[in-house]
Amino acid sequence: MKSVIKGTGYILAHTPDMVLHNGTTQTTERIVNPDSEYLKELPNHLRTYEQVLSYWPNQVYIGNKTPDELAAIEQPWCDKVCDQNARYGKFGQIMPQEEFLLLIQACDVFDLVKIDKDFVAAHKPALEANEIMDADILSRVTAGVDAEEVAHLVNDEHAEGLYHNGALVGCVKRAHDIDVNLSAHVMLENLVSKASSVLSILYAVKNAGIEKSDVEYVIDCCEEACGDMNQRGGGNFAKAAAEIAGLSSATGSDARGFCAGPSHAIIEGASLVAAGAYKTVIITAGGCTAKLGMNGKDHVKKGLPALEDMIGGFAMVITQDDGVSPEFNLSILGRHTVGTGSAPQAVISSLVTDPLDRAGLKITDIDKYSPEMQNPDITKPAGAGDVPLANYKMIAALAVKRGELQRADLANFAVKHGLTGWAPTQGHIPSGVPYIGFAREDIMAGKINRVMIIGKGSLFLGRMTNLFDGVSFVIQANSGAEEAQAGVSEDEVKGMIAKAMKEFAATLLAQAE
Amino acid sequence: MDLENQKRVKEFAEQYGPENVVVLLGAAEGEASGLAAETVTNGDPTYAGPLTGVQLGLKVYHVCEPEIKQEIDPAVYEEQVSMMEMVLDVDDIVAEMTAIREQYCKY
Repeated sequence: MKSVIKGTGYILAHTPDMVLHNGTTQTTERIVNPDSEYLKELPNHLRTYEQVLSYWPNQVYIGNKTPDELAAIEQPWCDKVCDQNARYGKFGQIMPQEEFLLLIQACDVFDLVKIDKDFVAAHKPALEANEIMDADILSRVTAGVDAEEVAHLVNDEHAEGLYHNGALVGCVKRAHDIDVNLSAHVMLENLVSKASSVLSILYAVKNAGIEKSDVEYVIDCCEEACGDMNQRGGGNFAKAAAEIAGLSSATGSDARGFCAGPSHAIIEGASLVAAGAYKTVIITAGGCTAKLGMNGKDHVKKGLPALEDMIGGFAMVITQDDGVSPEFNLSILGRHTVGTGSAPQAVISSLVTDPLDRAGLKITDIDKYSPEMQNPDITKPAGAGDVPLANYKMIAALAVKRGELQRADLANFAVKHGLTGWAPTQGHIPSGVPYIGFAREDIMAGKINRVMIIGKGSLFLGRMTNLFDGVSFVIQANSGAEEAQAGVSEDEVKGMIAKAMKEFAATLLAQAE
Repeated sequence: MDLENQKRVKEFAEQYGPENVVVLLGAAEGEASGLAAETVTNGDPTYAGPLTGVQLGLKVYHVCEPEIKQEIDPAVYEEQVSMMEMVLDVDDIVAEMTAIREQYCKY
């Protein structure tokens, strides 16, 4: 049985106040160097909602602009105004902070999020007008509490503040007095991940054109962990988000692998459907507050806006074959194994050429590669270079070494087989998956045939192993209804019998002679 | 340079003596290589890590520099590094590294 990509959802939430209060670069600086110039200067570099709407990479992320259109715009992009500034796109939306704070509250089922009642009254109508919100989620938005109660919880009860335009407008309470795994800090991080996952799921379901009740299984692949002191990563974000999104027929589980998490999860989901275990699976991931403003020091130093102000999320629906949607080719899976080693050459070989060799394909047989799709506008000023481009150079160099590409074509490889990065630097969010929405469209339009998605993960950050990790998979044009491919027609049977009889007669004749 | 790595470099320098330590880099471009090299010679230029204001002056090379390449079995180098050698701007890296070593290296 084949599994196919039925639809995708991509969302962003603009969270400038969380950059200041929840990004680890800033929280660390506040501890180490509380009077630093950086902390004083950073608020002046935050972008307005209007600015993030007309930011080119954001419009690509939600599907209003294509990667090709972005590639034609000269970098840097942060000083350009995109001619498209809609908050809604075909893949999802860019949610403003005030609506996102209310969505976080709606996603809380333990009475941990308290929002100032004036803030709720002022902004609930906006959430009600949001195209993707349904009555079930809206009914979860509470009337809110007095501002004094919010201030009391933050000042005296270890609650983590929620801010808007610099003002305290709500908080996330701790969920336990002693357990650090249920601290207000952790609960806030997890609720942000959950809320952005819910929003992504709503779009994936809508874009796939399925019923919520069709979904049997959800796999969450973000980089957070939820649990308590007795089971720190117990889980499970997937089922928690499915509950709020209204997927009442689904259960689910969490898959983790740092930035490689989404690729692992998609291979697992595609395999579950291909095996017939489930008919419809959703892969989902919310975003990460800790990474907001991660490279803020470099951006501020270079006089740029604090570009890491977006929480990202994505979700995709995998179903059994529908005869038209792009399919997974599970016979071409790349994997970085324990024995692969960490040299870039070994990594790229294991993820790209090893699986292609097994399938008898060349590097140039893949139309587009989607590795780490970080927005270079963010990474270049921080000294990390153009990450997707670096990946394409490595793949191209390997192709030259293997004699599959002329050295003169090295530079052109990235243009022909690559993409310009547009995803926010939210770890797992840029890791291969941002292109799947466009890939589905381009494959169905016949523009391309085969795409390789590459996820890589820095496992060593968890200090459990020094190993690196990565997996890759190939999406290709639907090869047609499976019955026709697997079965043999009556005419073919007749032809085969006739051929066999003819050969038998020839043998008899030969013997007679 | 990663704060944890700074800590480990500092500890190794104390444990084995700075004259006995060589730091080998694999950074993807000249500027990043230069920053890491400066960190282990003149101290952390970002004033964030344990090497802030600590002038270890260690010997530091990038794996693509000729001094290192000639030390490595050509077959291993071909298998492990040659692809990246094709991708990287080796001249830029060598120039950055040489400048830092000439200025700050004590050994």
